Amino acid sequence: MTEPAGPSDTTAARRLDGNAAAGALADLFAVDVTTARSRCPSCGKTSMLGAHHLYADAPALVLRCPHCTDVVLRYATQQGRILLDLRARLLTIPAPAPANESNGA
Amino acid sequence: MSVLSRGFRRGRSQERSDGRLPPGQYDAGDGFPVLSAGPTPSTPLDRWDLTVHDETGERHRWSWEEFRVLPREAVSVDIHCVTTWSKFDTRWEGVSLDTLLQDAPTTARFVLAGSDGGYTTNLPLDDVTGGRAWVVDTYDGRPLAPEHGGPARLLVPHLYFWKSAKWVRRLTLLPHDRPGFWETFGYHNHGDPWLEQRYSGD
Amino acid sequence: MAGTALQRRLTWLTAQVRDNRSESPSVHRLVLDVPGWPGHRAGQHVVVRLTAEDGYTAQRSYSLASPPEEPDLHLLVARLDGGEVSPYLTDELRADDQVELRGPIGGFFVWSAAADRRDAQEGRRPVQLVAGGSGVAPFAAMLDHHRRTGSPTRLRLLYSASTQEEILARDVLGPETTVTLTRGVPAGWSGEAGRIDADMLRRRTFPPDEDPRIFVCGATMFAEAVSSSLLDLGHSPSSIRIERYGSSGEPS
Ligand SMILES: Cc1cc2nc3c(=O)[nH]c(=O)nc-3n(C[C@H](O)[C@H](O)[C@H](O)COP(=O)(O)OP(=O)(O)OC[C@H]3O[C@@H](n4cnc5c(N)ncnc54)[C@H](O)[C@@H]3O)c2cc1C
Ligand SMILES: [Zn+2]
Repeated sequence: MTEPAGPSDTTAARRLDGNAAAGALADLFAVDVTTARSRCPSCGKTSMLGAHHLYADAPALVLRCPHCTDVVLRYATQQGRILLDLRARLLTIPAPAPANESNGA
Repeated sequence: MSVLSRGFRRGRSQERSDGRLPPGQYDAGDGFPVLSAGPTPSTPLDRWDLTVHDETGERHRWSWEEFRVLPREAVSVDIHCVTTWSKFDTRWEGVSLDTLLQDAPTTARFVLAGSDGGYTTNLPLDDVTGGRAWVVDTYDGRPLAPEHGGPARLLVPHLYFWKSAKWVRRLTLLPHDRPGFWETFGYHNHGDPWLEQRYSGD
Repeated sequence: MAGTALQRRLTWLTAQVRDNRSESPSVHRLVLDVPGWPGHRAGQHVVVRLTAEDGYTAQRSYSLASPPEEPDLHLLVARLDGGEVSPYLTDELRADDQVELRGPIGGFFVWSAAADRRDAQEGRRPVQLVAGGSGVAPFAAMLDHHRRTGSPTRLRLLYSASTQEEILARDVLGPETTVTLTRGVPAGWSGEAGRIDADMLRRRTFPPDEDPRIFVCGATMFAEAVSSSLLDLGHSPSSIRIERYGSSGEPS
């Protein structure tokens, strides 16, 4: 019973990375935010959104800080609306490159 | 205009026609999906406690040993997750909230449940008293697994399952409602599966 | 890292299945023709959507296993018994069927020869890839892209497969690749055997003092084990990028 949540923990085995949320977030942002650096509202540490922890089984996508595991972003689509709870204290996004470099290459 | 995938069906679902399936739900059968918005906390039992608070502070505290000797009940209920799976005849054991909230102040009308890991969910006192809610530590005759909310979780089977907070540690009695983790994020404040109260505005 | 690309609005595209062939006992290679495909970078993924007759839909992510230079899109899909989507993709989908997808997705887990040319300092850092099972898919795209562009970037792959038959993307694996087999080796096997651990990483990957850019891809528990070994070896967390696929449905 006291057995800690270890390797048999389904939740741990199903955790993804922020990069896997890029498709959903593309409905909102004109740039890919997975390479944006985000400062955590709780611990103040900075890391790329793509390197955050993603929990995708919940009723919404929940992104958590990889350092302190606090919630940084929640995203859901419900009946024709998009909900975004962006708690990150600061998002630093690399400025878009000229359009002709956008893909390929 | 979407492309149909010939022969594709929803996985792990079963038909059910006995009127026990709320609208928009499917029967998950033997499966017990794990839906988590965060890592599974692990609090050793010697540091675990359950507390009841009101606005002025702590009213009750039970250590694990103290909690385990409170009067217990066994229940068999159907549970309904807002992500559309339902599971039938699930068997739990634990302590009724009628026991835990026995001497609630007369001003209290709502409960905010708080869990290890920071999760919260809000409930009207009327929904968790009168034999309708429990703090359970046993599922199907065995200690509740951490991924399903162990050592102990709330069980409020007549509402969507997000109201049945996993890893519950604290019940706060309030005169006013205070929306929790999902209730502040577009999910319905009450969450009755038979009225299909999934999202705010439903 | 190069500047972020302005992304086209992602829309659902209709892919025509050109071929769906077995790549290994548990993995199929889907070859898709996607009219309107805007191009991609090696390492990116797509989301595939299936729609049942009753309107129910399911979506799953799959890495692009083909390089940007190749007009068809290739996916390497592992059949997860009891899974909702993967057995349909491997066993039901036929040539000439259609399937919906959107992409390309994700700028975090990419490597591009052009970006290394633009950013000489970054381009001097070698690239270390570490794959488990179908997690080799994005690296198949990177290896092929590396070869076709004649990129000078130094690149290595350490790849864990269960058996010799389960080695995927053989056509793009070259001398840069070390394969380790976790469930027994055939006679005469010259590669590694057993799970990837700190010792194998020390012997078979770029060491921390070469400051490699490291990409790890595979089932979540695999990626977890590899990344913690890499940290133990002294690689900095910021040099490691991870693409977790979720649960593999088997003890990893
Ligand atoms: C960015 C990204 C890229 C990917 N690329 C590839 C790729 O190139 N190739 C590839 O083969 N795969 C890839 N995957 C994995 C892929 O997206 C699917 O997860 C995989 O194909 C399994 O899908 P499924 O529908 O068959 O299985 P599912 O039906 O999703 O089941 C998967 C497993 O999880 C269990 N499970 C499902 N839901 C729950 C739940 N709620 N609680 C507990 N257990 C549950 C199931 O029993 C099963 O064991 C990628 C994933 C990501 C995030
Ligand atoms: Zn933090």
